[in-house]
Amino acid sequence: MRTGQSRKDQHPRPPPTCKEKRMPNNASSVGIVSAQRALFETPLDLACGVTLPQYELVFETYGQLNAERSNAILICHALSGHHHVAGRYSEDDKTTGWWDNMIGPGKPIDTDRFFVVGVNNLGGCHGSTGPSSIDPASGQPWGSRFPVMTVPDWVTSQARLADRLGISRWAAVIGGSLGGMQALQWSIAYPERIAHALVIASAPKLSAQNIAFNDVARQAILTDPDFCGGDYYAAGTVPRRGLRLARMLGHITYLSDDGMGEKFGRMLRSGEYKFGYDVEFEIESYLRYQGDKFSDYFDANTYLLMTKALDYFDPAKDSDGDLVAALKKASASFLVASFTSDWRFSPERSRETVKALIAAGKRVSYGEIESVHGHDAFLMTDGPYVDLMRAYLNRVAEEVNA
Amino acid sequence: MSYLDSLRPDLQLIADWIPAGSRVLDLGCGEGELLAWLQQHKQANCYGVDFDVNNVVGCVKAGVNAIQGDLEAGLAEFEDQRFDHVVLSQTIQAMRHTEEILLEMLRVGREAIVTFPNFGYWQNRWQIMLGRMPVSDDMPYQWYNTPNIHWCMLGDFDALCAKNHIRVLERVVMTGGRQVNFLPNLRGSLAFYRVTRG
Repeated sequence: MRTGQSRKDQHPRPPPTCKEKRMPNNASSVGIVSAQRALFETPLDLACGVTLPQYELVFETYGQLNAERSNAILICHALSGHHHVAGRYSEDDKTTGWWDNMIGPGKPIDTDRFFVVGVNNLGGCHGSTGPSSIDPASGQPWGSRFPVMTVPDWVTSQARLADRLGISRWAAVIGGSLGGMQALQWSIAYPERIAHALVIASAPKLSAQNIAFNDVARQAILTDPDFCGGDYYAAGTVPRRGLRLARMLGHITYLSDDGMGEKFGRMLRSGEYKFGYDVEFEIESYLRYQGDKFSDYFDANTYLLMTKALDYFDPAKDSDGDLVAALKKASASFLVASFTSDWRFSPERSRETVKALIAAGKRVSYGEIESVHGHDAFLMTDGPYVDLMRAYLNRVAEEVNA
Repeated sequence: MSYLDSLRPDLQLIADWIPAGSRVLDLGCGEGELLAWLQQHKQANCYGVDFDVNNVVGCVKAGVNAIQGDLEAGLAEFEDQRFDHVVLSQTIQAMRHTEEILLEMLRVGREAIVTFPNFGYWQNRWQIMLGRMPVSDDMPYQWYNTPNIHWCMLGDFDALCAKNHIRVLERVVMTGGRQVNFLPNLRGSLAFYRVTRG
């Protein structure tokens, strides 16, 4: 037994499991869902100095907004995410929303109790206004002229969506990775509009190493001859090779060495060396498959923009680098969670957030979940992670009588 | 929740030492039973620290702020003098960095409350006389599987405090939930100290 033990541990208990936990049998899906679209004609001033004259946000909702309009939860997505967070689009839809294992009736983000909103961020490529949308001024795709977005810009646009939905205060704003940054930003930008922020596998700002990974990914896209300076829609090309490389690199950093070793090891597809440069190791095959799949549906300009939003995020910047001072504005309660094998957004980075929140006098709980899944663990269902989310959100639900 | 009203006697004694409205940090807080009680009955502003994620989940269920962390690594999450009271209940004897945690407690808090099983309790002495390492309700382990590596009795803890210029504000010794005033180092199985910087 380790120290830092608890009183309770003075009696034997089974060791915590890090196996994936199955959802209870009564947990089910939100079912068939469909996306909605909202047009905003009030211009949006962005951090980069550009003003978006108008824009559309595409979003989905699950569950029922209660009479007090107090049980709404916003899900903020990460780099490659979108508004389709749970459920399926049709009976024979093979894929579910990206966080279907966390959201649904009886699941930790319980749609029997909460009204859950998923939104595709501005600059995205899943329906909200982004680089591939038509610029009404020119009638052409925005392409290279689409402004760089920041996390605060997104949060402002999400607040307008909340207004549109009649939600004056979120019961919680939840996000992992880049989504966690949005949850943190919400707590600072709109302290009176958010009761709880759940900041998962995130960081108060990126480290040099993290920015470096993003830059290599961007370079892969920017140097693809098919990128055409960002105006590849007009040129009729797709910078598929660059996007594929960017995704492959990203994917390596989202997994842990152990997790990758466990899944692929040095396994060869054909069982022997071929002494050539085609796919031989299983890990190569996996990465190329992921890269190919991603480059089929994701937009390269969106990828660039999302990585830049990550790099720029630094809520302490306006407070002379003092994160504690920045967080003093918040009035939300916080749940911060990290995963032991996540080296892209390591537990140390989450601890920085926790330390600043404590120093700022905020209510915060912090869980450091043992997992082999690396950064991707925030999308998985490691037992203690699910337990922690369920316990926390149960409190949130009780607060709003949901 | 019913357990909020009936604290374990040793936790109740700690709770009685903490005035209403205090800022409290409980190290090795378990599922937050002490802190939940203090929040409910004394409007305390509380954080717990525990190594085990399941206990953090337990704290969250009880509405207690809990930070998952290893006490051996120190209390870097907490700035100087953030708390009025820092509690370390029946854990110090299991720590490697015994002296360090005591100093850390008094860095982040005005007062520290430390409790530990008294190795000088007569039943322990008796078992040693019979030729075996002591095993009891407060020390339920065999020598080969005990997490407890730094045993002490009242005089030893007093000496550690003196060495570090730590002043003992209050000391209570208990056996089976009852206070022991006569020959405490012989008749007491659990020791409670409230200390501050000298």
